[in-house]
Amino acid sequence: MTTTLAHTLSDSWVMLRRNLKHQLRYPSITLMLIGIPVVILLLFVYVFGGQLGAGLGPHQGRGAYLDYVVPGLLLLTVASAIQGTSIMVAMDMTGGIIDRFRTMAIARSAVLTGHVLGSLIQTLAAMAVLIAVAFALGFRSTAGPLQWLAAIAILALFALALIWLAVALGLAAKSVETASNTPMIMFLLMFLSSGFVATATMPVGLRQFAEYQPFTPVTDTVRALLTGGTSSDHAIGALAWSVGIAVVAYLWAIRLYNRRHAAEPS
Amino acid sequence: MTAGSASSGIVAQGVRKSYGEHLVLDDVSLDVQEGTISALLGPNGAGKTTMVRILSTLIPADSGSMRVAGHDVVTDADAVRASIGVTGQFSAVDNLLTGAENLQLMADLRHLGREAGRRRVAELLAQFELTDAAHKSLATYSGGMRRRLDLAMTLVGEPRVIFLDEPTTGLDPRSRRTMWRIIRELAAGGVTILLTTQYLDEADQLADRIAVLDEGRVVAEGAPTELKGRIPGSHVRLHFSDPSLLRSASELLPAAVPDPDQLVLQVPDDGTVDSLRILLDELYEARITVERLTVHTPDLDDVFFAVTGGHATGQLDRDPSPASPQGAQQ
Repeated sequence: MTTTLAHTLSDSWVMLRRNLKHQLRYPSITLMLIGIPVVILLLFVYVFGGQLGAGLGPHQGRGAYLDYVVPGLLLLTVASAIQGTSIMVAMDMTGGIIDRFRTMAIARSAVLTGHVLGSLIQTLAAMAVLIAVAFALGFRSTAGPLQWLAAIAILALFALALIWLAVALGLAAKSVETASNTPMIMFLLMFLSSGFVATATMPVGLRQFAEYQPFTPVTDTVRALLTGGTSSDHAIGALAWSVGIAVVAYLWAIRLYNRRHAAEPS
Repeated sequence: MTAGSASSGIVAQGVRKSYGEHLVLDDVSLDVQEGTISALLGPNGAGKTTMVRILSTLIPADSGSMRVAGHDVVTDADAVRASIGVTGQFSAVDNLLTGAENLQLMADLRHLGREAGRRRVAELLAQFELTDAAHKSLATYSGGMRRRLDLAMTLVGEPRVIFLDEPTTGLDPRSRRTMWRIIRELAAGGVTILLTTQYLDEADQLADRIAVLDEGRVVAEGAPTELKGRIPGSHVRLHFSDPSLLRSASELLPAAVPDPDQLVLQVPDDGTVDSLRILLDELYEARITVERLTVHTPDLDDVFFAVTGGHATGQLDRDPSPASPQGAQQ
């Protein structure tokens, strides 16, 4: 039993290193996934920020909007990064190497674990870049170390859930092109949430959707932790959504992974 | 089948597999003795790749019993995986890593340990003439180099049983020879090898036993010499400009088969220079002018023609040669 566990850990570690190497060898994707949220941050703060900030309350402006939008952009970073996950998984599955892995006595889960951990590290790194840029632009947080830790933990948990979803989408995709498109829906969900503007300003039907979809409670929780403001009632919703998505996506991904190739004529 | 000799090789009995209505393998049995090379010979779509994928635990069979390296393929798949190496038809290399990194990845997944892993990687790079390209991106590798790396990756864990699915398809003649040499060396080292091929000469060169697969059934099985004994032997084809010359020649050579439509006489002959000289002298002395002569050696078409009675099978993935016998292409 202990050797089995040791092999599983060692195989997962080998696969993780492989995926991190891929990210370095394929810097165009990595840079794009990290760059997009930064570009959107600049766009929203400097182009829309003056006007959107004025809507936050009297005597508010660009600086207030920067503080408001950073939590939303941290989630957008997750939505952006998981596109890379889907592409990498689909590239692996459509290439020949997956068959080699399947004929070797390696832990069944190691291939997927490697992708998931690699993407999680990439996502956390992208979020660190975004936060650094935000601070450089004048972002100010009221959070102490504990609140920061809690915010990072919530973001990491949500990222893990969406990464497993992206792995499943990458496994379900028939081609790499499809795999690069399906996670786009996450981008759209991000805009239909409290990430960029308060849901209270939306028309009724949209507002109800925005309030109950997963991105809003997570954004609100992170926002409450980093910049004070609204209470953290949302934390339960954020945790429930994250755990729920993670479990369903994980089971779906494992099922797809085990079934793939089995029904495929050669 | 004695338990001792078969335990480390490949034994398959009554393997069936179908995809929906389409029966891909119909009661296929194989027995590859330890340390020998067996070839599955057949055209595209005969079921060769499916058989390899089943034996290498990639896909399940519908029925049949299979043991590889002494382990049951169905109930003990992980033990089978620990003893085998597989090189598939499509390159199973990681294109984003270098050659050395690809091998190191295999060494890590085989749990060889740091030192032993590094040694094995360096050893294989040297053996497969990849040392100079070891730290280059795979984008710079030629087809032959990729195939060599692919096989080297298969060998990292020193498997006792190796499956090679069309190991030389698409290779230039020189790379093909290199691959043949490597395969022979492996077998000499006691490794059991099952390879698939579309080329009779490849099976003939490498295999101790050949199983001819056609539409999912083994239609012939035996040592290369046994199989070739069932094929119409080599012959030369004499082309004439005139029916009367053809008639005179067939009277002179009673063992030959005339084809009046094409003005061709098919003469059994092994194609050696001496036998050709004797044949041509004979014709010259009889004052029979031959317009043209072609030498024909048996190939896969002939094997199929012989063992399937000519019903087979089309799509042999090769250029139709002018010397192929009528009937095999139908």
